[in-house]
Amino acid sequence: MPPESDEWRLIVALRGGDEAAFDLLIGRYHASLIRIALLFVRDHDVAEEVAQEAWIGVLRGIDRFEGRSSLRTWLFSILANQARRRGERERKVVPFAALARAPGDAFEPAVEPARFEPPGDEYAGHWVSALPHWEVSPELAVLSREGRQEIEDAIAALPPNQRAVITLRDIEGWDGEEVCNALGLSGTNQRVLLHRARARVRNLLEERWGNAGS
Amino acid sequence: MADPGDLTCQEFVELVTGYLEGSLPVSERARFEAHIDDCDDCPLYLTQIEQTVRALGHLREEAIAPMARASLLAEFRDWKRAARQSTK
Repeated sequence: MPPESDEWRLIVALRGGDEAAFDLLIGRYHASLIRIALLFVRDHDVAEEVAQEAWIGVLRGIDRFEGRSSLRTWLFSILANQARRRGERERKVVPFAALARAPGDAFEPAVEPARFEPPGDEYAGHWVSALPHWEVSPELAVLSREGRQEIEDAIAALPPNQRAVITLRDIEGWDGEEVCNALGLSGTNQRVLLHRARARVRNLLEERWGNAGS
Repeated sequence: MADPGDLTCQEFVELVTGYLEGSLPVSERARFEAHIDDCDDCPLYLTQIEQTVRALGHLREEAIAPMARASLLAEFRDWKRAARQSTK
């Protein structure tokens, strides 16, 4: 982290006991910490507690943070530790290994094979019927409460490893390398999980918004 | 119907993430782009994936509930007090 960066200045201010710096950081990252905690725990109240415990961990560890990783990567590692500690007390926590699981060798097609003309056909591998347009653009839908919930439901339906990758990449806006480091995935595995997750979410949104009649 | 860039639609959908990540080898990228130009449906698939990704970005929030904020600021003050005492 460059010493002149906004985040580094916040860290330095925090070390000096600047409450406004802490207030700014929790405003910026608390909702993200809860969302990420929900990768490990199912219950929203538990996720809130884990996120709050993570902030206490931040305060206790602030003097040891050297800025070699980005602030959010550091926050993630503290949060993951809190969630793990929680998991030792309760059996309701998704083990980290489930989030970091490699995609496996079984091929999972992005789109159901039945949607394409079968091998041997003149148009083998081409769409059987025209891809349906959507009644609503997801970018507009997400602005409404119901649309937002539909997209959240599609994410919630994913296997834990796909959900972890798409949450960090597409919702939280991390880059691929940060996600690989946080979850201990290779670049290829990370990409495969992202690919499957995006394809599944698209398929679910098509089921809801696809307008096959047009 | 000509075979667009000799890539099938079924192959195309599997390359979408590699294309968006910029990780396709040059030759595969060229076949992918040729397919976009020639296919009636696959450009829509690509668009829907891109729209989905952008919509997901809107789910991120910068917010904290007033109660959580109050309790964290109280923790902060405790931490600061304890830190002051330990350095005295």
